[in-house]
Amino acid sequence: MLSKRYARPDRARCVSCGACMHECPRDAIRIHHGCYAVVDTLQCVGCGKCAKVCPADCIAILDREVQA
Amino acid sequence: MNKRKHWYDYLWLWSVLFFALGFFNILFAWLGMLDFGLPLLFAIFGGNKFFCNNLCGRGQLFTLLGGRLGLSRGKPAPRWLGSKPFRYGFLVFFMAMFGNMLFQTYLVGAGAASLREAVKLFWTFRVPWGWAYTAGAVPAWVAQFSFGFYSLMLTSLLIGLIVMALYRPRTWCSFCPMGCMTQGVCQLRQHGKG
Repeated sequence: MLSKRYARPDRARCVSCGACMHECPRDAIRIHHGCYAVVDTLQCVGCGKCAKVCPADCIAILDREVQA
Repeated sequence: MNKRKHWYDYLWLWSVLFFALGFFNILFAWLGMLDFGLPLLFAIFGGNKFFCNNLCGRGQLFTLLGGRLGLSRGKPAPRWLGSKPFRYGFLVFFMAMFGNMLFQTYLVGAGAASLREAVKLFWTFRVPWGWAYTAGAVPAWVAQFSFGFYSLMLTSLLIGLIVMALYRPRTWCSFCPMGCMTQGVCQLRQHGKG
């Protein structure tokens, strides 16, 4: 079952430093060709640790849309 | 969950060692060129930020000091600090200061200026550093470059430590000139691929 929340980095503001990648307890984040962070939304449990360390403060923790 | 440790997870030691070595012998400052060259090589030939992501000793040091040792408030930095205009503006400023330092090195090499055995902090404050150099040990321009480059590295470390304490551990990364430059190279490469 998927978690209720998940992390979504803002690609336009991401500086691709990799802080989130190291912080993620699920290894769900990678840096896409040095351009921006990408979250594997299926792996992500929405814990928010990445959002707390992001130096650009560009990661939002969002609610997953409920499937009807 | 424990992550697998790599040898490069200890590169924060390099960051400490660099400044320690330069305190005793300024010529070690030349080794800092690795921190300039490697990120660019990874970006240009690998199209990645492997350096920033895994090898940057400074980033690791900030994570350690600000994260584990709790020397950071952990508050989000002002938005403009990580904005494109500020990042690129800071990159231009930084490169201008780097160019100025190279010009000073040239002047000393050409005999138009004399060697100044001092470290200049924040491009303003001159700190005597003569103990770290024996006059005549190497050509004067080699020593001048060492003092200039060490100044640049120490100044940027201090800025990084200040923003680490005020905001989040790796706030420096959001406007680090090398990070900005390598991300720009990576984006150009991606853009080129269409």
